[in-house]
Amino acid sequence: MRDHRALMAALLALVGALFAASLLIGPAGIAPAQALAALLRGDATAEALVMREIRLPRALLAVMIGASLGLAGAAMQGYLRNPLAEPGLIGVSGSAALGAVIALQTGLAASFALGLPLAALAGAAGAVALLLALAGPRGGSLTLILAGIAVSALAGALTALVLNLSPNPFAAAEIMFWMMGSLVDRSMTHVWLALPLMVVGWALLAGLGRGLDALTLGEDAAETLGISLTRLRLMLVAGTACVVGAGTAVAGAIGFVGLVVPHILRPFVGARPSALLPASALGGAAMLLAADVAVRLVLPERDLKLGVVTALVGAPLFLHLIYRTRAEGL
Amino acid sequence: MVSVNLCADQFALMLAAPGQLVSVTHVAADPHVSVMAEATHGLHRNRAQAEEVHALAPDLVLAGPWTPAHTVAMLRRLGIAVTVIPDVRTLDAVPDALRATGAALGREAEADAMAETYVNELEALRAAARDTPGPRAVLHSPNNYTSGTGSMADQILTLAGLSNLAAEAGIAGGGFLPLEEMVMLAPDMVISAEPYPGASRAEEVLRHPAARALAGPGRHALLADSDWTCGTPHVLRAAARLRNAAQEVE
Repeated sequence: MRDHRALMAALLALVGALFAASLLIGPAGIAPAQALAALLRGDATAEALVMREIRLPRALLAVMIGASLGLAGAAMQGYLRNPLAEPGLIGVSGSAALGAVIALQTGLAASFALGLPLAALAGAAGAVALLLALAGPRGGSLTLILAGIAVSALAGALTALVLNLSPNPFAAAEIMFWMMGSLVDRSMTHVWLALPLMVVGWALLAGLGRGLDALTLGEDAAETLGISLTRLRLMLVAGTACVVGAGTAVAGAIGFVGLVVPHILRPFVGARPSALLPASALGGAAMLLAADVAVRLVLPERDLKLGVVTALVGAPLFLHLIYRTRAEGL
Repeated sequence: MVSVNLCADQFALMLAAPGQLVSVTHVAADPHVSVMAEATHGLHRNRAQAEEVHALAPDLVLAGPWTPAHTVAMLRRLGIAVTVIPDVRTLDAVPDALRATGAALGREAEADAMAETYVNELEALRAAARDTPGPRAVLHSPNNYTSGTGSMADQILTLAGLSNLAAEAGIAGGGFLPLEEMVMLAPDMVISAEPYPGASRAEEVLRHPAARALAGPGRHALLADSDWTCGTPHVLRAAARLRNAAQEVE
């Protein structure tokens, strides 16, 4: 950890700067000084309403969800020892979206406060457990990706089916939101809805560091070091399901963050999972904040989906990774 | 006679002789979007597909300008006459659509009478409209959709004595007004649509805390989509309701 202090400080500064940008950029065009004053004042003026109820929750959610995806990506890659593992690509986010959509359309989300995030959690947990069972502890690339494709396709199809069956005429048009994600017009309600589960998930995933470090030496070596692989696996499934479920429930499925961020940061932390976890959390927050600022600058009034931006960055990298994996004969 | 367009459905249901109309679209039976939902009882409900319409063997099909061109072409190729009822985009175009439907149904006298009543009511509402600008209102539809200059909704708002903030913000026709911008316009009144059953993210924004802060008690009006989805004479009912709501704001 000592060696990475500079990296962590730089990432923290980046997140801070992008958080400020996220608060200051928006269609209402409020001058920066005025905007910050209104944010702190919090009175009944229109500026304060925009800052506190529209821009603040959006920036907070970008940090929370970005950090969650970065953390989950780093943890899954560490556990499976496979750089292609990522919640969005292998259908965990898509399954969480399915859970969320079912909760919304059946009225479960309206009947009790945490109904929406818990249903999304159930979807995510089912997908992670299924994938880990299929890919096995060593996480062979081919099995993981093929199982991921199947889970993604099934979750996407069922999500579209549920939305098409909805009596609400707007629901069917929202397949795009659930598959690509967006933070437009989210509110503090969504922040409070997602936060409790995310905190639990962060705690579980952050606790994986030592176990994942040991696992880099191989399973047998890890067990002799006193690491229980069953416990490690359970914590990974529960933690990933908590953070991905909570995030997807309020912002839709956002892909590629968990792939790109650990990949970029790994060389800086010497490939040690315990150091990569916190760095990826900060990196994920920075990436999602940047993507969310970008959608506001590029097409301010069109609600361009976050997944579009993250995929434009992430998909070429994914192809590059597959190419390299193949070249290494894995 | 069969109608395959929601707006044509409603005009036909208003004007047709008993037994003349055999089938309307299934949406015409949905009270959320159709003012004639009750009148569809006992009628066949179609999904505007050439095959099922052909099976009903109608003498004439009423379509709208948005009915898919290939459906209309297919029906004509099957030897069925199709009349397209024009779209109503202004308050003054309502009588034309009534008369076009009346002519297609052979119910000219009924259409003339209905058109005349409409014109009288419209003139009465216009005469009662004030010269001074009324409360500043904004139409807040799902997905932050709103209607600006030139739209039917804008004309209804003006007729109700409201000034349309979306028009002021430079939106022509229909368009999206980001929630932030709506808040900054500080409207006196927010007009939103009645929610549909089920849930959608599009409608969730109508209950966003920032939108709710604007639409406090007495500053919010709910309007049924059915009153102005189509330019039927019922648009005047929407205008009258908005005028009452506007008086409460003052």
